[in-house]
Amino acid sequence: MINLEQRFLTFQFLSRNVIKLLTQFKTKMPTYNLKINGKSQSVDVSADTPLLWVLRDHLEMVGTKYSCGIGQCGACNVHVDGSAVQSCLLPVAQMEGKNVTTIEGLSEDGSHPVQEAWKEIDVPQCGYCQAGQIMTASAFLEKNPNPTSSEIKNAMNGNICRCASYSRINEAVAVAAKKMK
Amino acid sequence: MSTLIPSKFSRRAFIRTSSLAGGGMLIGFNLFTACKPKAEMPIDISKLNFNDFNAFIKIADNGMVTIFAPNPEIGQGVKTSMPMIIAEELDVPWNHVHVVQGKLDTNNYTRQVAGGSQSIRFGWDPLRQTGATARQMLVNAAAVRWGVESSECTASQGIITNAAGETLGYGDVVKEAAKLEVPENVGLKDPKDYKIIGSDASNVDLDEIVSGKPLFGLDYKQEGMLYASVLRPPAFGKKLESYDDNVAKAMDGVVDVIKFGDKVAVLANTTWRAMKAKEALIAEWSDNSPMESTAMHDKKLLALLDGNEFNTLRADGDVKKAFKEADNILERTYESPFLPHNCMEPMNFYANVTDERIHLVGPIQTPEGTANRIAEMLDRDVADIELEMTRMGGGFGRRLYGDFALEAAEISNLAKKPVQVVFSREDDMTAGIYRPAIKYRISASIKDGQITGYHLKEASINSNMYGLIPNFFPAGALENYQVDVAKYDSNITTGAWRAPYTNFLSFAEQSFMDELAELLDKDPVQMRLDLLQKVKGTTDERIQYSAERMEDVINLVVEKSGLRTPKDGVYQGFCAYYCHNTHVAEVADVVIENNKPIVKKVTVAVDCGIVINPLGALNQIEGGVIDGIGHSMYGNLSFEDGTPQSNNFDRYRLIRMKEIPKVETYFVKNTLSPTGLGEPALPPAGAAIAIAIHKATGNRMYKQPFVDQLNKKELVG
Repeated sequence: MINLEQRFLTFQFLSRNVIKLLTQFKTKMPTYNLKINGKSQSVDVSADTPLLWVLRDHLEMVGTKYSCGIGQCGACNVHVDGSAVQSCLLPVAQMEGKNVTTIEGLSEDGSHPVQEAWKEIDVPQCGYCQAGQIMTASAFLEKNPNPTSSEIKNAMNGNICRCASYSRINEAVAVAAKKMK
Repeated sequence: MSTLIPSKFSRRAFIRTSSLAGGGMLIGFNLFTACKPKAEMPIDISKLNFNDFNAFIKIADNGMVTIFAPNPEIGQGVKTSMPMIIAEELDVPWNHVHVVQGKLDTNNYTRQVAGGSQSIRFGWDPLRQTGATARQMLVNAAAVRWGVESSECTASQGIITNAAGETLGYGDVVKEAAKLEVPENVGLKDPKDYKIIGSDASNVDLDEIVSGKPLFGLDYKQEGMLYASVLRPPAFGKKLESYDDNVAKAMDGVVDVIKFGDKVAVLANTTWRAMKAKEALIAEWSDNSPMESTAMHDKKLLALLDGNEFNTLRADGDVKKAFKEADNILERTYESPFLPHNCMEPMNFYANVTDERIHLVGPIQTPEGTANRIAEMLDRDVADIELEMTRMGGGFGRRLYGDFALEAAEISNLAKKPVQVVFSREDDMTAGIYRPAIKYRISASIKDGQITGYHLKEASINSNMYGLIPNFFPAGALENYQVDVAKYDSNITTGAWRAPYTNFLSFAEQSFMDELAELLDKDPVQMRLDLLQKVKGTTDERIQYSAERMEDVINLVVEKSGLRTPKDGVYQGFCAYYCHNTHVAEVADVVIENNKPIVKKVTVAVDCGIVINPLGALNQIEGGVIDGIGHSMYGNLSFEDGTPQSNNFDRYRLIRMKEIPKVETYFVKNTLSPTGLGEPALPPAGAAIAIAIHKATGNRMYKQPFVDQLNKKELVG
């Protein structure tokens, strides 16, 4: 086994050099101008910050949820130029000039047909994944207003609901499609 | 007018009533201690302020009602259904009711717990009495105003009417009502008069959920709050030797790095910075106990089953003799892996520990126990603690363990700052308190075509089945019956996972029953019904289930699933199970598509007594069934060198939209006291689909997750 102390000293040496580098960079954060829910917002954050955390921590719009952080579950889905995308994978630096819509901006008063359908069917159990589900469903229905049952299932397959409210999600998307006509 | 059933409950349970400065009435009620009254808590009049109370109904001058929901909400629906029970007896229109989550308040509530599917069962009597007592006080106030006997007045939908037909709204008399004596012997409604109970009510947080309002633990923000990302040992059995935080400390947004125990917390001004800086920590770990693996657990558990070191939980008759005298013996072993809970909202908690008080906010299934542990850890008076429960992004048992809240309190105490501990998904899956791997060996002795003995052995990691389980079916139905348990102590942390033990035991026992019926050339449903006959009229008070209610759900599911009229190409698996005081029977329909068995439909029959909120109840049952299928099919967390082999959803398969069957639910209609639904629909699902898969493919499932076996070989063809 390698001597722990030796390894520790090596780490210390390495880290001192990295700190030097970091200190050079630790200047003022870049500013990004974002368009979120039709409103211009500027944030000073590091370029690698995912849109998810800009929304949640910098702009305090917490409707967009963190769950996996690697684009596997869809809880953080928002619309970027009309398409549903996982905001945990989108560095803020790529967001300039794009139109971002979050659950807070889908409608002013929760009256988007998809939100209405979600209420009519009483979809949620714990409710945590539902904002992401709604964002996926609403972007999907804009592109495909007359979906078949299997198209709905395909479209929603990227969103995990751990409570397994899937049957109601499926039903609510179909109801929303009718409402949007 | 309603038929009133006298209530046995003591007015001592009502601890405070008061008129509000801003109008309205608060009725204080010692929920859940009503049935076992204890000394009254001293009333601090100066504290009679709306914002300070939890256990109350608040009625405003305009008749609008606020009801405080006592129990934590994890998605099981009690924030909706428990207030419904109060509103029913209070007799107000449900759309006049506003529900607010109560805080932890040990003076006014007991059992503020979300666990074991018990909230409704234990809440049923006291919640009804709360509503009924408030209603009676309002009626009494109106009677005084009119100068008539209160027995001449009736109350319905928030309106009190006297014999002359005059009316007063609850809001009109609420101030006077608050000053009246708390009545004894109030009446409760006859179930046939229910207007709210038994009617569909939407989730009370529905508007907030669909519009993304802050509701959950991770949504909580406070001025000056720092986010804490915690580096924990990378494997079970490791301890922290040393760490280097130079890089982490130099990173943008990082405020502090704090070591506590074998963990290191990075405190930063955003979650992202905290998580990134945690990755930059350089730590050295050493071994303090053996690194365990799944292969090793398999060996240990099988050795336990093969051995003789058991703790006997129940023994009827003489199982040994029955097996010695048997013509034939069926023995099967069933195996299950560790499971993480994978709540969609990762573990998190806010704590602000100051000299004056300890403020805690977050998602927790056990607020009282957690507050007590934090008080003990910090050597503080529990009265210093104010704990607010947020809505929870799932629980499934994981949030029974307040480890994340203790971490938050400890870090805040050391940092002297308000902090929110946030688990990344990787932290959540690898620092779990898992459903332990368990193996069951079940054997039955057969003589002259009859089952003469039944022997269930459990080998589990860290803990064994709780004491009620050996008294579930088929206990009582067989003369010679024995349940033995053994455990292997592991350094991997384990605990309750939705329907603890029964989530896997049901699969094992019910699969075994099916195979036993096949061996005996009996109809599997009839075999269960025959066994149940022997339990009817039992004087054995240990028996937990009701043979009659089990029979009801079996008959209902047989009728509704079409089990007696099979269709070509549809293979049906039947299962009936009792747990958490609720009887459930399920039939799964499997078809073969592209050479693979696909679960198309599950028919469910449930006896949970009175169904409080059918809309919510159906959601629980659908969710439970699909959760049961998902984890039986795919759920698996294996270990190598003490390290969980999955740390995020790319390496852990959860059931998704395309894999779900249709779930059709039927309730046994009766007026028995309600029981819970958060868990009972889950355990039968695994067995129902395994039995259907066997019919479709000829292959018995003995090991979860089934997908491993289904992928291994060509099952059909």
